[in-house]
Amino acid sequence: MAGLHKSDFPNPVINWIDTRLPVFTLMQKEYGTFPTPKNFNYFWNFGALAVVALMIMIVTGIFLAMNYTPNVTMAFDSVERIMRDVNYGWLIRYVHMNGASMFFIVVYIHIFRGLYYGSYKAPRELLWMIGVVLLLLMMATAFMGYVLPWGQMSYWGATVITNLFSAVPAVGPGIVTWLWGGFSVDNPTLNRFFSLHYLLPFVIVGVLFLHVAALHITGSNNPLGIEVKSPQDTLPFHPYYTVKDSVGVCVFLLIWAALVFFYPNYLGHVDNYTPANPLATPADVVPEWYFLPFYAILRSVPNKLGGVSMMFGSILVLFVLPWLDTSPVRSCRFRPIYRQLIWVLVVDVLLLGTVGAHPPEGIWVVIGRVCTSYYFLHFLVVLPFLGKLERPLPLPESISRPVIPRGGGPLPGAAPAKPMGKP
Amino acid sequence: MRGLSLPAATLLALCGLAGPARAQESQTPPLVHQHWSFDGILGTFDNAAAQRGFMVYQQVCSACHSMKQMYYRNLTGIGLNDDEIKAIAGSVQVPGPLDENGAPTERPGLPSDHFKSPFANDTAARAANGGALPPDQSVLEKAREGGADYIFAVLTGYSDAPAGMKMQQGMNYNRFFPGNQIAMPQPLHGNDVTYTDGTPSSLDQEAHDVTTFLAFAANPELNGRHQMGVKVVLFLAFLTGLTYAVKRKIWADVH
Amino acid sequence: MADTVTVPPVGHVTEAPRRDLLKLVTVASAAIGAGAIAWPLIDSMNPSQDVLALSATEVDLTPIAEGSGITVLWRGKPIFVRHRTPEEIKSAEDVPLNQLIEPQPDSQRVKPGHTQWIIVIGICTHLGCVPLGNKPTDPRGEWGGWFCPCHGSQYDTSGRVRHGPAPLNLNLPPYAFETDTKIKIG
Repeated sequence: MAGLHKSDFPNPVINWIDTRLPVFTLMQKEYGTFPTPKNFNYFWNFGALAVVALMIMIVTGIFLAMNYTPNVTMAFDSVERIMRDVNYGWLIRYVHMNGASMFFIVVYIHIFRGLYYGSYKAPRELLWMIGVVLLLLMMATAFMGYVLPWGQMSYWGATVITNLFSAVPAVGPGIVTWLWGGFSVDNPTLNRFFSLHYLLPFVIVGVLFLHVAALHITGSNNPLGIEVKSPQDTLPFHPYYTVKDSVGVCVFLLIWAALVFFYPNYLGHVDNYTPANPLATPADVVPEWYFLPFYAILRSVPNKLGGVSMMFGSILVLFVLPWLDTSPVRSCRFRPIYRQLIWVLVVDVLLLGTVGAHPPEGIWVVIGRVCTSYYFLHFLVVLPFLGKLERPLPLPESISRPVIPRGGGPLPGAAPAKPMGKP
Repeated sequence: MRGLSLPAATLLALCGLAGPARAQESQTPPLVHQHWSFDGILGTFDNAAAQRGFMVYQQVCSACHSMKQMYYRNLTGIGLNDDEIKAIAGSVQVPGPLDENGAPTERPGLPSDHFKSPFANDTAARAANGGALPPDQSVLEKAREGGADYIFAVLTGYSDAPAGMKMQQGMNYNRFFPGNQIAMPQPLHGNDVTYTDGTPSSLDQEAHDVTTFLAFAANPELNGRHQMGVKVVLFLAFLTGLTYAVKRKIWADVH
Repeated sequence: MADTVTVPPVGHVTEAPRRDLLKLVTVASAAIGAGAIAWPLIDSMNPSQDVLALSATEVDLTPIAEGSGITVLWRGKPIFVRHRTPEEIKSAEDVPLNQLIEPQPDSQRVKPGHTQWIIVIGICTHLGCVPLGNKPTDPRGEWGGWFCPCHGSQYDTSGRVRHGPAPLNLNLPPYAFETDTKIKIG
């Protein structure tokens, strides 16, 4: 037997537990003294913010589920009952409803952070890929959650999105019938979506553990994109980053609260306050804002299978991003050309979002196609070639000495785990 | 790659297509923003207006429109007292328990009853309204783009169809209704109700009042929500300031 | 790991007390905030407004013949409404209080002027079963009131426990006579 863990916590109870199950030692190591690059900017808040958002969503969701009825004849009314009769039900529901938006805002900024500072590059490829899995899980959860109030947008959103799978050759229609558990979106569909909407957040928590575990193996990236070289480059996570994250959490909650209390329906769609009606499609079926860019990509391709493939491809391409980007330099700060192009990508995605909100006619079709093309061009063509063509600026010697020595090499030579041996 | 030739097409489209593509959408003029007591982060419902609006709902709208999510007891939210609510609820007959033979009975309504619907079901409602279903008004204010402004605009937007416009059988011209043809005949003309508080019941007044009541029905939590929101936001702002001060202190010796 | 901690400069020490107060206030505020968040969640599990609104039931007493009773539902619980015969009233009133497990005079268990009506919550105070005795065919036990089939508790015509294991008399719901023939429970 390995024997007891050696602990020396002053509190005897904590010590007793820790010698048998060293959770306190673990916390101390991973969140207390964990050496963290000292030069984080506020973009590094967003991982913590996403965790806060996930926790709030799970807690409010559990209480909503206590009063929600997953049945097509009662779902809409049960949500209205939560809003009107359950004590603070309106608060819990509006927090949850706007929470989906807040969660996506935070995660999108988190992803942008990763793109801008090259956090996906070796040795953090797996960390990044787990993150993409988290994004996919989040999207599935959000989509199914949106169906639950059983309004018009719930119903027609569910119909349109599940019908995407009918594009699969041969087995498509069979898959769609299987997803529905019937011949249209109906009670069996609502029941299984409720079940999965309750399950998936806990799957997200599980994958999140892997995401954090992988992060704590490689250590965090930082705005300079160079590896930590000495203890002078780092600070203990607590109190430096616990307090810095707390500032971000406060601002985040402030914005969330302002939405919930003063503009609770600002980000939602009015049609979802009309009960689902399988006989009448709303004037234009649009998803929630966080899906609009992907919806625009879907509609930009005139071919059904093509559109669906492009839409899924737009996220799947992120899985191979670590190998598409051939530049040895992580941070955009030292990539003069890419620093411009990443903003082109941001504008491109924002434009796609705008396109997704408009009916697919006239100018919007054209803009949608241009933007879709650029999106894939960016990842599949620009990134691989730019890494070879671009001349990066000289990198600083270390985080604690960001002064660039004259004639110093462009690479952080001492970075140990860096397989990209390109000049 | 087709994508490469598209920027040029974009420019062409911006010049050429943009006009016609947009034109057919806007047959309704932009909504005029009305002044509402419940506007803004400190807004609360004007109870007098909401009570007058309830009168309009009862005497006009409720002939065709249901309000299934509302209970009579909810009227405490616009300042009616228990006795008034009992009287209002008691004036309708609602289904009671089965009698000893299993036959349905009726009883006077109670504050704990839902607003009585004018029709037994949607099919009956359609049959009585020329095939059109009068929408439930419980959350109507949240279910329409433009909310209160839109409802007010539609209620006051009736007129004769402009010359040359072909109206369908049984439809009425309304400037603000999408497509300009609405199945609902003009519901308010002014002087449809006699307000007990002596307010002159002009069309605008009635429309304004009933819209206030519908906004209340859709957002019964609004007063409390705004009140709580101010406190929560002030608290969080205070906490943000404190946390930032702590952060500055802790980081003071790092930079 | 510990050696990665940057050693604070000397000047830092003098400021320590002020920082501690600031920290204390901040942590306390955050704790108050967290507590305030918990309350709506907890309160959402309390009876909702629609449940509370249904907490009153009106009962018409005219069809209840002397000697018989009916059971009505109030807040999801059975309420026994029994029309007592003069003998039953007399036996309930005449019992010496020292013979009772939970001494309580009959006058405290009925409304003055309506002593023929005994109205109790039909839940045995032992473990929550519904006692028999409200239907004419039911066994009413030795004291002519109610008999609980689960563990044999017996109640008299005033709903007082006369034979264990139940420790207490049948509970009384809040109710009032609206007219001589109509009560409102709740």
